[in-house]
Amino acid sequence: MYPENFRYTKEHEWVRVEGDIGTIGITDHAQQELGDIVYADLPKPGTSVAQGATAGSVESVKAVSDIYAPVSGQVTEINPVLADAPEKLNEDPHGEAWLMKIKLSAPAEIGKLLSAAEYQKYIEAEK
Amino acid sequence: MAAASSLRATPLNSRHRALGAKLVDFGGWEMPIQYSGIIEEHQTVRRAVGLFDVSHMGEIEIRGAEAGQLADFVATNYARKLKIGQAHYSGLLYSHGGFVDDILVHKVAEDHYFLCVNASNQEKDFAHICEMNHFDAQAELVSERYVQLAIQGPKGPATLQKLTSVDLSKIRYYWFTDGVVAGAPARIAHTGYTGEDGFEIYIAPEEAERIWNAVIEAGAEFGIKPCGLGARNTLRLEAGMALYGHEIDASISPLEAGLDWILKFDKGDFVGREALMRLKASGIKRQLLGFEMCGRGIARDGYEVYIGGAPAGWVTSGSPSPTLNKNIGMCYLPAGCAQTGLAIQIMIRNQPVDAVTVETPFYKRAK
Repeated sequence: MYPENFRYTKEHEWVRVEGDIGTIGITDHAQQELGDIVYADLPKPGTSVAQGATAGSVESVKAVSDIYAPVSGQVTEINPVLADAPEKLNEDPHGEAWLMKIKLSAPAEIGKLLSAAEYQKYIEAEK
Repeated sequence: MAAASSLRATPLNSRHRALGAKLVDFGGWEMPIQYSGIIEEHQTVRRAVGLFDVSHMGEIEIRGAEAGQLADFVATNYARKLKIGQAHYSGLLYSHGGFVDDILVHKVAEDHYFLCVNASNQEKDFAHICEMNHFDAQAELVSERYVQLAIQGPKGPATLQKLTSVDLSKIRYYWFTDGVVAGAPARIAHTGYTGEDGFEIYIAPEEAERIWNAVIEAGAEFGIKPCGLGARNTLRLEAGMALYGHEIDASISPLEAGLDWILKFDKGDFVGREALMRLKASGIKRQLLGFEMCGRGIARDGYEVYIGGAPAGWVTSGSPSPTLNKNIGMCYLPAGCAQTGLAIQIMIRNQPVDAVTVETPFYKRAK
């Protein structure tokens, strides 16, 4: 369920690092908790984000939930698919419905994030 | 999702769990917010039929020679004018004219009225009615005796008809009858909170699971789905219906909420009447209005509303509308500028987003 090559936050975001670029998204657990997602509010490319700070929001029919940047850096790209098809976040949160790409400014921060096994254990305990 | 022990549960709680519902704390009750998804459940009610467990709602009986007088003293609509077997929407008010609750009043007999009230208000409502009772009548809080199921949608009547010999086509909208559903006694009311056709039935708790299953089976051919409180909220919002704690509460007058039609000033004295007369004379300061978002974003309960750059009011409910495919909501605005077609801005996380006031209800079913 939770890819081994991702790192996770306790706020239910994931990041996949390739070179100096981190692709981030929300976890399957997050989409389940939110229910039908109808809108993703994402920062403009070029925006600087800091690890743990708000980098956008995702709204479901019921509620709005902040997205916290799992890593610091500059947003290089946002997922164009989500503007017209936010429901993809419910269907494929770990794949097609990634949120944004960030050029990492502090790659060592990755070490503070959870592994897939640790994240899984964390959400089990939360239930 | 932990600490379920502190929450009240309906007799159908284990059924909801077995169906994979997402359960949430709803005013102290552990209730299903959704099963398959709010949008899918919403569409199912608009197009076919959905089944809701609304057993958290409270029931209060008023009996006695002066039951009608008591009902008419505590509630704003004209209860004694109801025919036996007829129901209506009404307001319980404080003497200052704000809402204790909004309720449905059913006239069972000349000396017997049956009130359906909001879950989290029921103890407060009951205490209020008892306090105001100086009539030859008794009020009793009987919520424990009833499970309430709502069978809503264009195929609602056809679904329920398979389970009862009562001719449902003979029960007009906002009328009810006592009959038998799936072999068990039931109060069958042609009422609802979705803006769609359908019935609400009141049954004994020990029959709840069996009748729930029977309704699901009867509705299978129409594509029935269990529906949660999430869809109930989006459905009622599209239908422009008030929700206690949002559009109405102790600080809001029915005159401000656009509920003048439930106020019957000619029936004699009732709790709140004097305050309402004063407010009528001086004129309301604020008024409930519907709006649609023009810019991107969803208004939520409590967000500020601006007009021409100045704060003017607040959002009472806001949501995407699955039927209209727009983001809609209701808000209070100064009465002086209350009109449709007015450009307003909703402050969504410190950003003004354009919206426009519109007529309500947002959705009206084809008759």
